[in-house]
Amino acid sequence: MSEEELFEKVVEILRPYAKNAAALAVVAPETNILEDLKVNSARLVDVVLAFEDEFDIEIADEDVDAVETVADCVSLIQQKLPS
Amino acid sequence: MTGLGVIAPNANGVADFEAALREGRSGLRRNEAMAEHGFACQVAGVPQGADELAEKSFDGELLLAMNQSHRFASLAAVEAWQDAGFARPAASDETVDWDAGAILGTGIGGMDTIAAKVIPLVDAKKVRRLGSTSVEQVMASGISARVSGILALGNQVTTNSSACSTGTEAVVDGCLRIRQGLAERMLCGGVEAASHYIWAGFDAMRVLAKSWNEEPERASRPMSASAGGFVPGAGAGVLLLESLESAQRRGARIRAEVLGVAVNCGGHRGGGSMTAPNPEGVARCIQGALADGGVDPEEIDAINGHLTATGADPREIGSWSRALGRGPGRFPLVTSTKSLIGHALGAAGGIECAASVLMVERGFVHASRNCEDVHPEIQPFAGAIAHETRALPLRAVAKAGFGFGDVNAVVVFGKWNP
Repeated sequence: MSEEELFEKVVEILRPYAKNAAALAVVAPETNILEDLKVNSARLVDVVLAFEDEFDIEIADEDVDAVETVADCVSLIQQKLPS
Repeated sequence: MTGLGVIAPNANGVADFEAALREGRSGLRRNEAMAEHGFACQVAGVPQGADELAEKSFDGELLLAMNQSHRFASLAAVEAWQDAGFARPAASDETVDWDAGAILGTGIGGMDTIAAKVIPLVDAKKVRRLGSTSVEQVMASGISARVSGILALGNQVTTNSSACSTGTEAVVDGCLRIRQGLAERMLCGGVEAASHYIWAGFDAMRVLAKSWNEEPERASRPMSASAGGFVPGAGAGVLLLESLESAQRRGARIRAEVLGVAVNCGGHRGGGSMTAPNPEGVARCIQGALADGGVDPEEIDAINGHLTATGADPREIGSWSRALGRGPGRFPLVTSTKSLIGHALGAAGGIECAASVLMVERGFVHASRNCEDVHPEIQPFAGAIAHETRALPLRAVAKAGFGFGDVNAVVVFGKWNP
């Protein structure tokens, strides 16, 4: 899967949780999930579960702590995908 | 009483619910989950199409976080709010309505989610797979909390629970709060999800109808000699109660007036128990509601009873007769909404209060089906049963809800005469 495709899939998973539609419309790799998209931090665990389901991977809690931007999500998923 | 919202087995939305009541439309169907799991009763009243409605009304994170109770309650609450002439606020609107609250109850709570998600995932050692929405779905107050978030309610927001009197009790509690001057508007009612896990314990108690699995529409038989238990149901019914000052100030359409309210408990004495009502408690509750509103028993033109289609029906009719001081021949018209939709447990009071409001507002008593063979002990009152829908002006309709725990709630709705 190309990085672009991966980015698009991550954005689709984030879409229902993003309360800032304007930020979502111009989403970019450096977009911050909590501060820009205004995703409720309590829902991050659901976003991670959706990543696991979509990409058939497992993500540890400590991996999630370092995630701030959409690009962070993409690189985390890339790390977990079988190469 | 300025707004109504209904998600019921025989109709979604107030307009179609009124049509369903007038037609005597049944919402009871054969239930495959009950059949598959070996229930004695394999008939239930399940709202149809509510998921599609929820997907039209709610989106994104909100929709993902809702279980079925949340969907039923939110749809009915938003309808009641809009029916009263209020606009649904945008999620981005930071304005809180500090004068509006919600008392939205449930009898059983998040049992469906507990059974379908919590227990299987925890037992499989997949706790983290519960995600973030499990708590808000299984906490009893998740229902009222969800609605407060959608409508930005800032007054008291809580979930009451008193078994099958829950929805009626919510109307009583909301009315009292408004009378105390602590709120101007309260969304009141009840909700229950449709789940064989919720209904299993009732099947085990042998209180569900088990002889009509091949004829679902005939299965709920309040006041009938061949009644053999209730048919479980689900849905939500919500009333927007509002102070008269608030309603008149904004020129709202007033559907009906809450004349008198009462709740009590029979104390599990005098024939009452965890599962049966103390007839004195029932009679005192009815009389309490009349006294509260200064209502003459002769003004009660119709009763929408609790009337579940169990052995308690004859005792209930007897209690009404004693409490009102009106024997056979002078007894008000009587009907049971449960004959059409089954017993929606915590939602029953909400849905049936909505039916009672429509009856007193529009002037009709809806058909009480499936009691062609009137129970012998009710036979003296047979002439009062509305076998067919009757159109007639009503001054007041009394609605009762009785629940496990020997708890009672009664509301008297009056025709609003400006």
